[in-house]
Order: sequence, then structure tokens, then C-alpha cells
Amino acid sequence: MTAPAQSSAQAASATILPFAEPVKAVRDTRPLRLITCGSVDDGKSTLIGRLLWDTKAVKEDQAATLARDSGQQNDLGLPDFALLLDGLQAEREQGITIDVAYRYFSTDRRSFIVADTPGHEQYTRNMATGASTADLAILLADARAGLLEQTRRHATIAALMGIRQFVLAVNKIDLVHYDKAVFDRISHDFREFALSLGVRQITAIPVSALKGENVVYPGETSMPWYDGPTLVEALELATVRSTQAGGFRLPVQRVVRPGESFRGYQGTVAGGSVKPGDSVVILPSGTVANVKQIVTFDLVRNAAVAGDAITLVLDRQVDVARGDLIVSLDGQPMTGHHFDAQLVSLQPGGIEPGKRYWLKSGSRRQRVAVEPISQLELATGKWQPHASTLAMNAIGKVRLSFEELAVFDAYDQNRSTGAFILIDPDTLNTVAGGMITAKRAEIGGIHREDQRVVLSLPADLAEQLMASELFANRRDETEVKRMTAKQAAELFSNAGGDI
Amino acid sequence: MPLSVQETEVKNPPVSRPPLDPHLKALENEAIHIFREVAAEFEKPVMLYSIGKDSSVLLHLARKAFYPGRVPFPLLHVDTTWKFKEMIEFRDEIAEKYDLDLVVHTNPRGAEEGITPFSHGSALYTDIMKTEALRQALDAGGYDAAFGGARRDEEASRAKERIYSFRTPDHKWDPRNQRPELWNVYNGMIRKGESVRAFPLSNWTEVDIWRYIQAEDIPLVPLYYAAERPYVERDGMMILAEDPRLELKPGETVQQGMIRFRTLGCFPLTGAIRSTASNLEEVIAELEIATVSERQGRAIDRDQSGSMEKKKREGYF
Repeated sequence: MTAPAQSSAQAASATILPFAEPVKAVRDTRPLRLITCGSVDDGKSTLIGRLLWDTKAVKEDQAATLARDSGQQNDLGLPDFALLLDGLQAEREQGITIDVAYRYFSTDRRSFIVADTPGHEQYTRNMATGASTADLAILLADARAGLLEQTRRHATIAALMGIRQFVLAVNKIDLVHYDKAVFDRISHDFREFALSLGVRQITAIPVSALKGENVVYPGETSMPWYDGPTLVEALELATVRSTQAGGFRLPVQRVVRPGESFRGYQGTVAGGSVKPGDSVVILPSGTVANVKQIVTFDLVRNAAVAGDAITLVLDRQVDVARGDLIVSLDGQPMTGHHFDAQLVSLQPGGIEPGKRYWLKSGSRRQRVAVEPISQLELATGKWQPHASTLAMNAIGKVRLSFEELAVFDAYDQNRSTGAFILIDPDTLNTVAGGMITAKRAEIGGIHREDQRVVLSLPADLAEQLMASELFANRRDETEVKRMTAKQAAELFSNAGGDI
Repeated sequence: MPLSVQETEVKNPPVSRPPLDPHLKALENEAIHIFREVAAEFEKPVMLYSIGKDSSVLLHLARKAFYPGRVPFPLLHVDTTWKFKEMIEFRDEIAEKYDLDLVVHTNPRGAEEGITPFSHGSALYTDIMKTEALRQALDAGGYDAAFGGARRDEEASRAKERIYSFRTPDHKWDPRNQRPELWNVYNGMIRKGESVRAFPLSNWTEVDIWRYIQAEDIPLVPLYYAAERPYVERDGMMILAEDPRLELKPGETVQQGMIRFRTLGCFPLTGAIRSTASNLEEVIAELEIATVSERQGRAIDRDQSGSMEKKKREGYF
């Protein structure tokens, strides 16, 4: 048994303040944004505290304040990390984390922005907030307790918000005697669950945040059976989400006219790339123009990519205003009056059916009516029909109806042009964060006397429709036949008018 | 292709520099996005300008954000009259050089009631000459948005600050009831009298600030660089002994030494550090092995527990 010797050696060194080393001047990558999910019981504060401590992000005077405030240390002679993290007095008094806090640390390879969110169930909204900008989620599980409903819930929210990289930190592995079987079981269960959410990049790591094993420093002495990365190594290897692959998108923030001869459109490229000469379309008007210049303070650029804050100059006088979207001629976003979306309800009043909210997406703000369709049952991961108010912390599928033409990408295609917030016109507070799933076919007025409508549907959708109460009640009025996709296409080519 | 942007319209044309590393570029892009969004959404924005390194970076980013246009809002400096002399000289030079609209405000109570950091203590002095003065200036200007250079890594209560930080008509901050902020979609809707503080540097760390200053060659107040300067040791701080208003207490003597400042505020409340870092490269090298935080030299953060949170609730930046 080498474990006890190792931990006592660590205990001795842990009482010494972190030894600062010079960091490299240039990092070759953008900061990785991540979110940590887990509760106080899982040791989340300890884990983040350990990350900050072992990467030397905590300075001596902060440590001294900690020591003074807590007067207590854990059994390794380290300060109480939770105190380092819970910045607000109310939190210190209640001993819980009530809001999203942002932490910063860096290694030689890259820097990290951590959205530290509370683990309590009633703070789903805070988790959604933190997850909205994250590239990766660290999910914590207590090795003794295994995968809890809460972990599944957090993973579900993270996946919903578009996070496609998970790191499972099986914490307190020291308390199960570094048992490989325990780690294997939990990580296997988690992998299966994450795959069901559509997340394929999963790294499971056995850690002891308290002892600092496999967080920044490897825990090979205690866990010779584990040959994977430490937590920090996994974070260094993670990819930063980029929307450079899709079509060019520039939400226009402002129009700059320093003189009569210059007219530029300022904004941050929200997708794809652009270069002088490219043909673009201004939405919603549909006007076409060509890119003349890309202007920035640092000279004229010959290209700009997603993430760049630029000023675009077009080759002709066109009507462009704040809120417009300048896009590539090929690969345009969806335009329409009706969209399907998923949203997280953020405020006590909830999201009320039929109410007219302000919707802000990119730089555009417009009126929208929201109709709830279903609600996610977090315990089971199932969507249940739900047409009434979506209470705070609820995750719902909704139908959006706009008075003016709206322009979106699907959120899984573009996390900027597919995302929106809802603002309550009465309180002016942000009441929901939402993600566009699809444009809705603008149907309505189908019903005409005794006409009949022939639908051709995928079999699974037909099955769901037929299982509905509405359908079952009038089953004897319907005719249903099964055929191949080819047969259906032939049948439809000879059928009546499209709806 | 030559740029047809009228160089004549731009007072300080940009110079060519090597491209920023992706990390700083991402931070810069985010800050520019915030600047443009606030300028577009609010009727009367203002930029709080404290003359320090963060303000210098903030100003540089504002110039970049609106180029080739002018910075479309004024800069506001709350002058306590106890700033370092070199800060004021630097401020006026910069305003002139970059053709900026500079507004300076001092709380008249300071002169009327003889409020100084020596006579009234740091807590009361800061409350009147900084927090109250700021509220006066914001009210007088009718500003509905104020940019500040605060960073989330500076201090614990700032870690929870939003990019758009909502303030009531009397400038109060309610940390427990902040608007959620998702993606980079900011909610700029407010009622008359309400305002936001906007923080484009939220996600920057101190090291980022210094690296950016280096990469972009941003001018700074010389006090950030070490030089032989006179100082007095008081309450464990080294206070610059240049201003005739600094009265020596019994037992105190003016000493000389190589010192510099990591942050700049009011000279009686800002402690120097011993340093030989007399240029940017040396400052960065020193910083990267530093083991104390930058606010360690600031008396106002420590005068009571949860000190910064309390000040922020009352309207301090």
C-alpha cells in the first residue's frame, strides 16, 4: 500500500503556499469555457478550489484572508476552498452558492473560464446560464454514491444547452479505497447515459479533489490502474466550439458613418467566414450586395472568421440597420413567422402561454408570442405534454409566433444565431433563455368543409400521432396505409394541391 | 487594396502590429462586442475613466470598437483631488491626444466639509468622494449606461457581476436579484432612471491586461514602472511622499527607494511595492512570479469584511 505514504507526503507539502512558476507568454488557443456541475456534497467547491490552488491562481493575501475568515482548515492543512469561492456575504452566511460565479485559471497550454454554478435543484436556471457559453461540462459524482438523479439532470441540461464534451469526475475515490471496480461501474453508467443525450466526447477520471489526485497532479501512486489524463490534461485537450464551418453570419450591431463617403456595418461574426468580393444577403430584406472591405483598427483585413469583431463595407448603397443579419448567399438561415424552440424558464412568474414577450437574438429585438407544447421531466428525461405556464426552472418545448419576419439558424447548427432570450415587457427582466430547433411550417386554415387531407409521415411519427387521445377518438374516420417511401413519393406526385 | 477610409477623419491612424495571440484576440473581440452593443442600445452612455491600467485598456478597446468613427460617448473621471499628480497629467494628455470628450467631477462636499482620507478615514472618505461623487456625476449627466473596467478575477463579489450590471434609480446593486445573462445576448431594457454598469473586461485577468498592454503598446501612467521615489511607511503600506498635503506623523520619515504601483487610486490609500521592474517586460516578468494579488495594496478593500460587496451595493464600481 503506497497510498497512505503518498497522501502524508502531500499533506506536508500542501501547507506550503503554492510555488509560482513563470508561465509562457503566448498561448496558442482561445480560452476554454467550462461549467462545473455537482453539489456541495459531491465536493464541487473543493474541486474548483483545488484547480485554482494547484494552478497557482490563488494569491497569498487571498489565502491569508481565507485563513482569517475560516479559522478552519481541512485535514490536509489547506484552507476551506468553499470560502474562497462563495463571494457574496449571503452565501457565506447560508453556506450555499446561490448564483453563477466566474473563475479564472491557466496552465502553460491554455487558459480557462469556469462558470461555477450551484447544484441545488431550484437553481436549474443558473446552471442553464452558466452552460449557455460553455464548451465543456465537468460533472461530479461522489464515488460512494454513484450516479445520482441530480447528475443525470445536470447532464441533461448541459446537453440541451449545446455542450458536446463531458468530463465525469468521480470524486472522493480515496474514500472507496481507490477501487477500480467502483470507478468502472460509475463511468460505464455515465457513458451510457451521456450517449443517450447525444454526447459522444466523454472522459471519465477518478479523482480526489481533497488530496489533489488526478486534478492537476497525477494520482498514479494511489491509482496505478488508471492511465488516462488528469482533469487539467483533459481540459487542455478539449476543443473550443467553433461555428466557422457553416454559412457566414453577421448580426449588425451598429452602422458607422464617420463621413459621407464611408458606411460600415459593425458586428461580431457569428458564423462562417467572409472575404472581400463575397456575395452576401441582408436579412430580412433579402437585398444582395458584395463585400468591399473588412475594416478593423488593425488595418484592412483580407478575411474574417467566426468570433471576429469587424466593420463590414459593402460595394453599394443598401438599406442596412441594427438588428439585420448579413449572411452568405449560399447557406442562408431560416426565415419565417413561426419557429419551434426549447427554452428554460428563468423567473418566478414563469412563461405564460399567449403572452407577448420581447425576444432578443443577436442584435435584434422583436415581439413574439409563446405557446408551450411540452415540458421536460428532468427525473426521467421524458417530454410531457404541457400547454400551460412553464414555471421557473422548467424546460419546455414551445412554438414561437412573430409579427414580423424572423431569422434564425437551428441552435445545433449555430449557437449564436440559434439562441435567444425572452424579456418580459412588464418587468423588463430576462425571463427565458431559448434555443431554436426548427422553422415551423406555416400551416393554418387547412380545414375546409368536408375535404380530406392525405398525410405522408415517417412511421414512427404516425405511431405517435395515432397514440394520441385526439386521434384515437376519431380513429373510425381515418384511413391508414403503410407503404415504402418510394411508393409514397409516387402517390404524392399525382395528389392534389400542397398545403 | 488601399483603404478608402478617410485617414484625415481619424486623428490617430492605427499602426501595424503583429497579430494578437488567440487568447487575447478572443478577449478583445468580446470587449468590442460589448462596447458596440451598449452604445447601440442605450441613449446616453459614459465611460468611467480612472486613469489606471484597466481604464487604459478599456479606452484602447473603445477606440478599436468604434473605429473609424470617434468614441461616441464621453469619459468621466471622478476626481477625489487626492489622485497622484502624474495621473492627472496623464489623463489630460490622453484626452487631448485622442480627441476625447472628458468630463471631470469632484464632490463639492470634499472642499466644503474638509473631507480628506486623513481626517475622515478611508471608509467614509471613499463613500463620499468616490461613491457619492460617482452618483452625483451620473445623475448630473443623465447617463443610462456607464462602462467600467472591473474584472471578475479582482475580488470575490466581482466574480458574480454580470456584463450588464443593473442599477436602481439610486444606483443600488442587488447581487441576489441579478438578471440572468445567457450567451452573449444582453438585455438592455431599462426604465427611466434605471441604469446599467457595463463591464467589457469582465473575463480578463491581471496578466491578460498586462500582456495586452504590451501587445498593443498602450501608454500608461509612469507610476506603474519602478523608479527611485520618496515614500513613507504607514499602516504597513508604502505611501508616496510627494504631495505637500501628506503630513508626517511622529516617528515617520521620508525614505527613498525603487518602488512602483500595481494599482493606482488615491495616493494616501494606495501602497507601493518594492520593485526594480522599470519597463513593461520587467513588470510582466515580475507579475508572473507574483504571489500576492493586485488589490493587496488597496486599503479600501480591507477596511471591513465583505467590504467591496458593501461598497458595490451602494453604487461604487
